[in-house]
Amino acid sequence: MKQFIQDLAEKNHYQATHLLQILRAIQSRYYYVPEDAIEQLAGLLQIPRTQIISVVEFYSFFHLTPRGQYELLISDSITDHMLGKIDLTGYLAKQLNVAVGAVRDDGLVSLDNTSCTGMCDQGPAGLINGYPLTLLDRTRIDLITELINQQKPLAEWPVELFHVDDNIYKPDLLLQQQIDDGSALRTAFKRGMQETLAEIDKSGLRGRGGAGYNTAWKWHLCYEGPEEDAFCEVATHNQQQRYVVCNADEGEPGTFKDRVLLNSYAHQVFEGMTLCAAIIGAQQGFLYLRGEYLHLYDKLQSVLDQRRQAGLLGNNILNEGLNFDIEICLGAGAYICGEESALIESLEGKMGIPRNRPPYPVTQGYLGKPTVVNNVETFMAAASIAVNGGGWFAGVGTEKSKGTKILSICGDCARPGIYEYPFGTSIQSVLNDCGASDVLGIQIGGPSGTFISNQEFDRKLAFEDLATGGSFIVFNNSRNILDIVNNFTHFFAHESCGFCTPCRVGTALLKKQLDKIIEGYGSAGDVVALEELCQLIKKHSHCGLGQTAANPVLTTLERYPELYQSKLKKISYEPGFDLDGALETARRMANRNDAGAHLTQVEEES
Amino acid sequence: MSNTITIDGNTVPFEDGQTIMEAATAAGVYIPHLCHHPEFTPHGSCKLCTVNVNGRNCSACTFPAMEGQNVLNNTRELTDDRRKITQMLFVEGNHLCPGCEKTGNCQLQAVAYHLNMLDNHFPHFYPSRELDASHAEVMIDHNRCIFCTLCVRASQQKDGKDVFAISGRGLNKHLIINSQSGLLKDTDLEATDEAAHICPTGAILIKRTGYQVPIGERIYDHKQIDQVSLETEHPRHGE
Ligand SMILES: Cc1cc2nc3c(=O)[nH]c(=O)nc-3n(C[C@H](O)[C@H](O)[C@H](O)COP(=O)(O)O)c2cc1C
Ligand code: SF4
Ligand code: SF4
Ligand code: FES
Repeated sequence: MKQFIQDLAEKNHYQATHLLQILRAIQSRYYYVPEDAIEQLAGLLQIPRTQIISVVEFYSFFHLTPRGQYELLISDSITDHMLGKIDLTGYLAKQLNVAVGAVRDDGLVSLDNTSCTGMCDQGPAGLINGYPLTLLDRTRIDLITELINQQKPLAEWPVELFHVDDNIYKPDLLLQQQIDDGSALRTAFKRGMQETLAEIDKSGLRGRGGAGYNTAWKWHLCYEGPEEDAFCEVATHNQQQRYVVCNADEGEPGTFKDRVLLNSYAHQVFEGMTLCAAIIGAQQGFLYLRGEYLHLYDKLQSVLDQRRQAGLLGNNILNEGLNFDIEICLGAGAYICGEESALIESLEGKMGIPRNRPPYPVTQGYLGKPTVVNNVETFMAAASIAVNGGGWFAGVGTEKSKGTKILSICGDCARPGIYEYPFGTSIQSVLNDCGASDVLGIQIGGPSGTFISNQEFDRKLAFEDLATGGSFIVFNNSRNILDIVNNFTHFFAHESCGFCTPCRVGTALLKKQLDKIIEGYGSAGDVVALEELCQLIKKHSHCGLGQTAANPVLTTLERYPELYQSKLKKISYEPGFDLDGALETARRMANRNDAGAHLTQVEEES
Repeated sequence: MSNTITIDGNTVPFEDGQTIMEAATAAGVYIPHLCHHPEFTPHGSCKLCTVNVNGRNCSACTFPAMEGQNVLNNTRELTDDRRKITQMLFVEGNHLCPGCEKTGNCQLQAVAYHLNMLDNHFPHFYPSRELDASHAEVMIDHNRCIFCTLCVRASQQKDGKDVFAISGRGLNKHLIINSQSGLLKDTDLEATDEAAHICPTGAILIKRTGYQVPIGERIYDHKQIDQVSLETEHPRHGE
C-alpha cells in the first residue's frame, strides 16, 4: 500500500487540491480509506490528517471502514421509489444475503441507498463500484447476484447492464443545431472578444443552473476582477490568474439533462468554456463532474484530447495566442457541491461547505482568484450564441427569459427523457408532449423548487413564473403527496452540509416533525409547528440548500392544507412517539407481555 | 466624511472593512452571537447574529458594513427566531446545565437567558457522544459541543498549532482531534493554550479547576451576556 499511495501522490504532483481524486483512487482500490493511508498522505501532501479525515467523512462515497468489493448503491430518487425501488432493494438484499446499509460477512458485497443518481428516465437505477446500473428489475438482479457470487470483474459483465440512453425527444434551438467544432472560437476571434461578450449580453442568456444570473454580466465582473485590479496597469491586470469552472454536479433529484449534454454535446460545452476563457482571460478550466457520472469520464477525457489535437485547447489555441486547458475533477457524492462556492472548496480538496459571501467567486473564487462558475447548459448556449449571434437567441422566449430551456422529464409519463422548449411554453403543452395523463401535480425545479397542482397547468416555464434548473417530475393521481414530501425532506436532511445551525438541526427536526405527522402521532398544534419550523429554516439558513429545504412542505401545505390536517389526531397533545412501543424493552426485561404491561393510548378513537 | 449605517434607527459609524458586528460592538450595540470572537476570523455558522439588512437576513459577524444599510437587530421577530436557533443548539447536543461545571460561565446558557428561553421547544435528539478525559490537564465532553469552531480557530490562529477540526456532514458533524489515536493526550495541546479556554460552552474544560468559583458567583449569575460581551469585546477593552 505504501508504494501505491506514494505513486498516487506523485502522479498528483503532491497537490492537496487533488485530495478528492486521490481518495477516490484509494477508496476504489481498498474499498475504504485506511488509517495508514491517511497518515502517509498527510505527510506527502503536507496537510493535517484532520483535513483528510474530514473530507472522507463528508463525502458519501468515501469510507473509514471497508465496503464490499462490489459496492452496490440504489438510487433513492422519488422516481426510483415510484418504479418499485423498495421492493427491488428488498429482493436484492435477499438474493445477495446482505442487509441494506451493511457489508456481507465475507466482505464481497455491500448494499446501501444513495441520493438520486441522475437516471430518473431509466430507473430504477443504482451504482456498482461507481458505475451506473439502469432499468433494474428482478431478472437483472438475478444476473447481478450471479455475477457477484462468481466474482466476475465488472469489465466482463454484460454491457447492457450499464447501458445509458440519451432519450432526447424534443430538440429545439440548441439540441437541433450542434455547432461545428471550433466555430464559436473562430467567430469570436474574428468578431473580437468584447464584441462577442456584447452578443452574449444581447442574447439575454441567464444561468441554466437554477438561479438565473445574467451570464454576460457574470463574465464581465470576473474580467474586471477585484476592484484593486481595475486601477493597475493593463499588463499586470492581465497577469491575474482567472478560472473557468463548469458545474456538472447535477445533484437536484430529477435532473439529468447535463448527463445527456456531456454525453452527446461535450465538444460544444468545452467550446463554451474556452470561449469564456478567451473573454475573461483564464488559462485553466475545470469540469466538476458529479461522482455518479463516472461512466462519462473516459469519454470526456478523449474529447479533451481530440480538442487538444485540433488546436482548440492547450497552447496557442487556433494560433491566436490563447492558452487554456481543462481538467476534469470528479465529485464524491455530495449534493451541496453543486452550490458554486462549495464546489470551489471541493475543487480545492476540502469539504463542500459554502463560503461566506461577499466576496463572490467572480472576484475571489478558486484559490482566491476570480472565477466564473456556470452550468453545463449555460456554456453550451454561450457557444451557440457566439456562432449565431445574440439576436438569434433573444428572438425566442419571453421578455425576461430568453431562449430555450432543456428539461429532464421523468415520473408518470409515457416518454421520460430530454425536451427543449422556448421559455414561455405552458406546462400543459409539456405534459401533452411527454404523454402524461391523469396528472395529480408536478414537481418543477426538483425538491428545491415548487410543487404545482393540476389546477395550474396554464402556468409557464420562465424565470418570472416557474423557474427550473431542468427537473420536471410528473405525478399521477395514484401517488401520495405526503410520501413525495417525505422523500424530499429526507433528502435535504441527508445532504445538509451541517455548517449552519438552522439547516443542520432544522432539516433533521423537519424530518422528525413530518414523520410524526405522517405516522399519525401528530396533534392539534403540529401543523402550525411544522410551518413555523419551515419558515425558520428558510429565513436563516446560510445557503440555497437550507433556504429551499422546506419548499416541499411549504408548497404542498399551501395547496393541500387539509391533507396535513387530516393526519392529526383530535386530541390536544400527543407524544411524538409510540408510548406503548417505548415500553418494549421494559417488557422484555421483565419477561412480561400481559395486558397490564401494555398501555392503551387513552383517547384512541375510531 | 464618515461612513454610517443605522441599527434599529440609531446611527452607527463604521470603518471600511468592518463587519456589521464590529461596527455594532464598537458603538456599544450588542448583537447576540456564539461563534463570533473578535480575535479570530469570523465563521458565520451559528446564525445567532442574524440581522435584517435592508430587508434581507445576513450574518452580522461576516457581512461587511456598507453605506446605506438599515439594520434591524433588536426586533421581536429576530429575538423569537434567535431563541429558536438557540433551542436547536440545546436539543442537538446533551446540555444538562445543572450538572455542568460551566454553568453560570457558559455563553450558550447565558444567551438562552438573554433571549428568555424557557424550554427546549423542539424534541431532543439525545445523541450518543463521547467524553475524552485522556489529557492530563484538559478534557472534552463532546456532548456539549456546538461546532462553533472557536477552538479550531484559536489553535490555528493564536496557538500556532492545529489541535482541533470539525468533521462529518449534516447532523453527524463532530469535533475531531489531530492525533493518530484521535485522543487529546497525543496532541501538543497545553492547558495554557488559548484553544483550551475559548470554548463558549462546557465542552472543553481545564481539569482540577472545577467549582473554584461557586455557583451563584459566576460571570452570568449577576450580569446579562450583552453587558459582559460589550465590556470584554469592545475594541478598546483593556486599554
Ligand atoms: C444546494 C445547491 C445545489 C446546486 N446544484 C447545482 C448544480 O448541480 N448544477 C448547477 O449548475 N448549479 C447548481 N446550483 C447553482 C450554483 O450555485 C450556481 O448558481 C450555478 O452553477 C451558476 O451557474 P449558472 O449561472 O450558469 O446557472 C446549486 C445551488 C445550490 C444552492
Ligand atoms: S444551509 Fe445547509 S447546506 Fe447550506 S451551509 Fe447551512 S448547513 Fe450547509
Ligand atoms: S469544543 Fe467548544 S469551542 Fe470547540 S467547536 Fe465545540 S463548542 Fe466550539
Ligand atoms: S455569531 Fe455570526 S453566525 Fe455565529
